Amino acid sequence: MNERRQVIVVGGGLAGQWASIRIAEAGHQVQLFSLFETLRSHSVCAQGGINAALNNKGEHDNVDQHFFDTITSGCYLANQPPVKALCDTAPELIYIFERMGVAFSRTPEGLIDQRRFGGMHHRRTCFAGASTGQQLLYSVDQQVRRLEAVQQIIKYEWWEFLAIVKDSDGRCCGIVAMNLRSLEVRAFRADAVVLASGGMGQLYAPKTTCSVNSTGAAASRVYQQGARIANAEFFQFHPTAMLGTDKTRLMSEAARGEGGRIWVPRQLNDRRDPTAIPESDRFYFLEEWFPRYGNNVPRDIASRAIWKVTRELELGINGDDRVYLDLTHLDPTFAELRLGGLLNIYRKFTGLDPLTTPMEIFPAAHYAMGGLWVDFDANDRGQLCPDSPRNHATNIPGLYACGECDYAYHGANRLGANSLLSTAFAGRLTGDAVAAYINGLEHSSDGLSPDAYDAEVRYQNRINHHFMHANGDCSPYRIHADLGELMTNNVGVVRDNGPLDSAIGQLYELEQSFARLKLGEVTPWANQSLAYARQVFDMVKLAQVVAFSARARDECRGAHYKPAFINQLSDDILTHHEAYELDQKHWQENNEQWLKTTIADYHPEGPRIRYDPIDTCLIKPEQPRDYR
Amino acid sequence: MTTQPPDVVPESADLILNRDPLLAFELGNDDSLPASSIDQIDLKIRRQDDPFSKPYWQQFRLPCQGKETITALLRKLRNQPVTIDGETVDPVAFDHNCMEEVCGACAILINGKPRMACSALIEEFNGMITLEPLSKFPIIRDLIVDRSRMFAHLKRVKAWITLDGTWETQQPPLRMSPHDVAVNYLYSRCMYCGCCMAACPQYDENQEFVGPATLAQVRLLNHHPLGQYEKTERLHRIMTVGGLSDCGNAQNCVRVCPKEIPLTTAIGELGRAVTWQLFKDLFGD
Repeated sequence: MNERRQVIVVGGGLAGQWASIRIAEAGHQVQLFSLFETLRSHSVCAQGGINAALNNKGEHDNVDQHFFDTITSGCYLANQPPVKALCDTAPELIYIFERMGVAFSRTPEGLIDQRRFGGMHHRRTCFAGASTGQQLLYSVDQQVRRLEAVQQIIKYEWWEFLAIVKDSDGRCCGIVAMNLRSLEVRAFRADAVVLASGGMGQLYAPKTTCSVNSTGAAASRVYQQGARIANAEFFQFHPTAMLGTDKTRLMSEAARGEGGRIWVPRQLNDRRDPTAIPESDRFYFLEEWFPRYGNNVPRDIASRAIWKVTRELELGINGDDRVYLDLTHLDPTFAELRLGGLLNIYRKFTGLDPLTTPMEIFPAAHYAMGGLWVDFDANDRGQLCPDSPRNHATNIPGLYACGECDYAYHGANRLGANSLLSTAFAGRLTGDAVAAYINGLEHSSDGLSPDAYDAEVRYQNRINHHFMHANGDCSPYRIHADLGELMTNNVGVVRDNGPLDSAIGQLYELEQSFARLKLGEVTPWANQSLAYARQVFDMVKLAQVVAFSARARDECRGAHYKPAFINQLSDDILTHHEAYELDQKHWQENNEQWLKTTIADYHPEGPRIRYDPIDTCLIKPEQPRDYR
Repeated sequence: MTTQPPDVVPESADLILNRDPLLAFELGNDDSLPASSIDQIDLKIRRQDDPFSKPYWQQFRLPCQGKETITALLRKLRNQPVTIDGETVDPVAFDHNCMEEVCGACAILINGKPRMACSALIEEFNGMITLEPLSKFPIIRDLIVDRSRMFAHLKRVKAWITLDGTWETQQPPLRMSPHDVAVNYLYSRCMYCGCCMAACPQYDENQEFVGPATLAQVRLLNHHPLGQYEKTERLHRIMTVGGLSDCGNAQNCVRVCPKEIPLTTAIGELGRAVTWQLFKDLFGD
């Protein structure tokens, strides 16, 4: 075995814990950093399930079909070799999770049961009741605890990652982190660092389904130190989230799948109780606009329709950002059986019963397809080389990224139930890549001079000092609220260049407003305001990347919808061959211009945007997606 | 394939914290936060500045809506931490993350009862609401406690399956009956919030008892097809001081569990398994 080396993993969700386990299994010691006890990570929130073409339901499902669905759902924007490996490996991963103890729901024969999920024609989604993410995370958490008991993994919970440290060659050789209780800022040496810090839904708060710690701050911090961010403009908005002042909570697609109908009153300011509004006064806009799919249109189309009704037609309930998701017409026994989990969540958090009162919902920021740019290594037949140190390597040597904070698997839009899969797969692959990387390193970080570490600690302490003594009049809560509102309005479900330009200007102003920050708390112990204010600053920097990326891409693709540049398909596509040919031509011309990866590089005056080609060696982009 | 950035970069470039020298913070004017309300509520919160100082009480009056949760209120309070006497104080420190009652972070005592703050609706309560940190755990600050003991107990009972490695084995998948999985599922939803420990009269810092949630994990893992290989060892680990016999059968745990996990059923089953194990230890298999 090779010499035992130190590796740092930042983030204790599914990706971070998978990476930790693999690195530990390779014989190295892992220091696992987390903002809280690892099992509180946002992975627990994934309810729906995890895709794998096990073909347990007699529908001739296979990994090629899973691969095809993932690529087309992402509008061909993902590099194909890693996605192919993702789908090929999915069944293997499921069986490993099963050995770790995940209570996957079963068929009568005792096999893993599978159900259908949005955007797929096969029953491919494995699930553990209504809490698949929780079960998957706990299974790796237990394995990490086992490795912790033999000191193969050391946990640093309640530590916040602040920066990486680079040696004189620009290699990442450790991190600087802050103890969230003592506020001690300390450097940690390592031969490689894995960032598995999750998503960034908090950029859109409160209209997000993400946990409060899904800020993207860690990704933003390495971006500001030179790591590239790719495809940041692609953000999935879930159409049906229940409203709340603190956050919006996910109401699963199943509500529409089982017969839920979305509507608003036809008349503006119709303030009658919804149950008192007769059918003739209700506008079932999804059913009217998309007669073939009705309420079951995909997530992005539903989100845009709701946006149009509330923001353009101004027909939201009482003029607000909300529409009805109505289950009151369903048979209560049937609804209880099929949607029990969802009904209980709504009852619990609103005190209202969806079987007697229509639910009120609105789209919410759900998942970042984009994230830190990472490499991959494939042979000339498009097969991923699983033991290559290049997989999941960022452009900073020695720094790796995996999980929602990377950009690798979902292209322009994520297929439902592919997120748990990609985060687990990416974590495992990253662990192997890191082991390969450090086996090839000549020197460990132990012998490096302490200068670079000390300098970064000093810099971070200076920032803390400035924040702690900031005595202006701008609270970090206020800045975050302004950020969320701005991002939701201008960089959200529907984008236009005018509002995007304005957003970019306002984001600069938000950054400037930190000059007038008021922290409101000087306690040197467990000071939550300090950590939070620092996160908000880095969120503003990350939001600039999202806004610049969205501004630069003048097309509609997946979750990025800019109506001024829509490539409108002819309405009579099914009857007129010529129109079909023309549509194909337009679509392919558009691809020639825009089928490329957005890359954002840090610059003090704002992100610099450029583009990289995409590896489409396995499925040629030939067919547009059409849901009419 | 490099393109120019969109030419929308505003002129202002006095950027702060751009990994360039820090600029001095300057003072300016800004508007204050508007507070719209339909109602208001009084919160009485037990505070403690650090693990070693004395606790004290503060009272706050906040605008609120009936459908809001305690977590939402605490988030609001961060914005304007002004007591009912008009004194501006440090924001109340508290834990929360998912706000969907699945991460387990926000357990506190609400009117004396262990609960998840994120799913406690204000309209459930009449009059002033009292908030305290979760009992039985060392206090870090205000409503934040240190639950690391809980995870040490999970190590003590070997709450894991010993995998040879996380690789593919080429073996056929495990088969499990839908009924067994459905029963196991109940226990697998434990989110280690600590509510059951807070309610348990036998559990505290000065006693060895591993607590109801930990015992339920033993029950769960002992029923997994691979987990059962280490069943005997797990049982032995709860047959010592701090184990199963320390349970006083108060049954508080099952009453406060936010996930309605049948904790006492698990403890009952373990009691039978432990008795059986004692016989086996005495007389051999």
